[in-house]
Amino acid sequence: MEVSKRIVLHFPPSIAGQPIVYKLARDFDLSFDILKASVSPGEEGLMVMELSGSQQNYGKGIQYLTEVGVIIQSLSQDIVRDENRCTHCGACITICPTGAFSLEAETRKVLFDHSKCLVCGLCIKGCPPHAMKLFF
Amino acid sequence: MPKTIAEINRKISQGKAVVVTAEEVLGIARDRGIKKTAEEIDVVTTGTFSPMCSSGAFLNTGHSKPRIKLGGGKVFLNDVPVYTGLAAVDVFLGATALPDDDPRNRFRPGEFNYGGGHVIEELVAGKDIKLKATAYGTDCYPRKKLETWINIKDINNAILFNIRNAYQNYEVATNLSDKTLYTYMGILKPALGNANYATSGQLSPLLNDPYYKTIGIGTRIFLGGGIGHVAWHGTQHDPGILRGDNGVPKRPGATLALIGDMKQMRPEWLIGTSMLGYGCTLTIGIGIPIPILSEEILQYTLVSDAEIFAPIVEFSEAHPQGSSDILGEVSYAQLKSGHIEIHGKDVPTASLSSYPKAVEIARTLKRWIEQGEFLLTEAAAPIPGVESGMTSRMLKERPLTE
Repeated sequence: MEVSKRIVLHFPPSIAGQPIVYKLARDFDLSFDILKASVSPGEEGLMVMELSGSQQNYGKGIQYLTEVGVIIQSLSQDIVRDENRCTHCGACITICPTGAFSLEAETRKVLFDHSKCLVCGLCIKGCPPHAMKLFF
Repeated sequence: MPKTIAEINRKISQGKAVVVTAEEVLGIARDRGIKKTAEEIDVVTTGTFSPMCSSGAFLNTGHSKPRIKLGGGKVFLNDVPVYTGLAAVDVFLGATALPDDDPRNRFRPGEFNYGGGHVIEELVAGKDIKLKATAYGTDCYPRKKLETWINIKDINNAILFNIRNAYQNYEVATNLSDKTLYTYMGILKPALGNANYATSGQLSPLLNDPYYKTIGIGTRIFLGGGIGHVAWHGTQHDPGILRGDNGVPKRPGATLALIGDMKQMRPEWLIGTSMLGYGCTLTIGIGIPIPILSEEILQYTLVSDAEIFAPIVEFSEAHPQGSSDILGEVSYAQLKSGHIEIHGKDVPTASLSSYPKAVEIARTLKRWIEQGEFLLTEAAAPIPGVESGMTSRMLKERPLTE
């Protein structure tokens, strides 16, 4: 079974120079799509990626990452909408680069398709009542 | 036919009034015809839920022991400065006020996470608010410093008084430049990347009473989840603007000044709002009932999104420079389709005004009237109409010379 998940990888300074992602692809036959990558002044690396492959290889890959000291967080719950705060104005619809927001024709309520969200965060600052929140 | 407000109120008191929203009335009139609908329906309710910057609250905190004269001093509520140029313990909290240490647009776009609108929301939600004040001290008001929590249930008065709300129509904003713009009309992407609009269209109060035949000074309304009144015409009230054949303004026209007791309002209808790169404001729920006194008044409430047109205004050059040029006109039906065409380009649209919330307001007001809890008012005086000649002008600058 194939799986595809978006994860956040934190690389401590001690391993930030190693070819870890390369090994992930070579040794575990996983494909990856890097959504965001940065290295902080303290040399700690952060990478947001979508990692895909067979369920078995995916598990092995995650195990490998954990063993070399990478801290992994799931991105599946990362951006959430505070339903009590959302006014369904629709300001987010044209801001979102991946079209994760759409209008329900009947009610004109704003729908949030989480599977399209790339966690870029544009909606967080662009939402007038601040209904979009980032959760780690 | 015609009916009077007194007759409609009698029916409301008896629980017999027929009330529909400005959306529902469209289908009813289509099925039954104007004459029958005007006879059968007593009230049409409207609603809007939008950021409205010219809003604020007068608060009277009650006198401290010993007394302090906040008037002429400095007062902060949750670090947001309030206006103190009033008597000893009256202050005015404006929706767009920002804490002194807010970085504003020092690094663009500024986030404007907390301001006056947010304090208003928290006050109405019953949260304790931190008051910090310094004063100069007088013989009769000796105290020079006050730091305390206040709560809406304890202070003498909390009166929402919005000097310009409920705009009759509004601009559609777009951007022709190659840079993203952060405006009061939201984020405008470069090169006609999007277009934002901001009224509830066919549900909007003043678009259903284009000549202010029923909405006037004193009109009782839904304001912030409670009951308020029209206090006056709003600032920049501009009844003489361009209108369509149906009488509906095609430019921002009338405005209303609204007032109401915040102690009976609800935080879900007064929402502290942040416009990225622009500032803080307050999103407000307003609903106005329109008594169907005649076929003519019913006709006005039958306006639909396809018959209401808004001007498209360019925000990189035309708006900031004060030009009145527009890129064209579009109907609310087009805007609500999610796409409009500007200069031959397909441009996605978004609203800053919540239509589902406007529907909820119109339905809530309908329920209040049906249940006999909300009676209609006869206007004490009309707001200025087309015949008044009143306009909204740009500032005429005159150089200061010694």
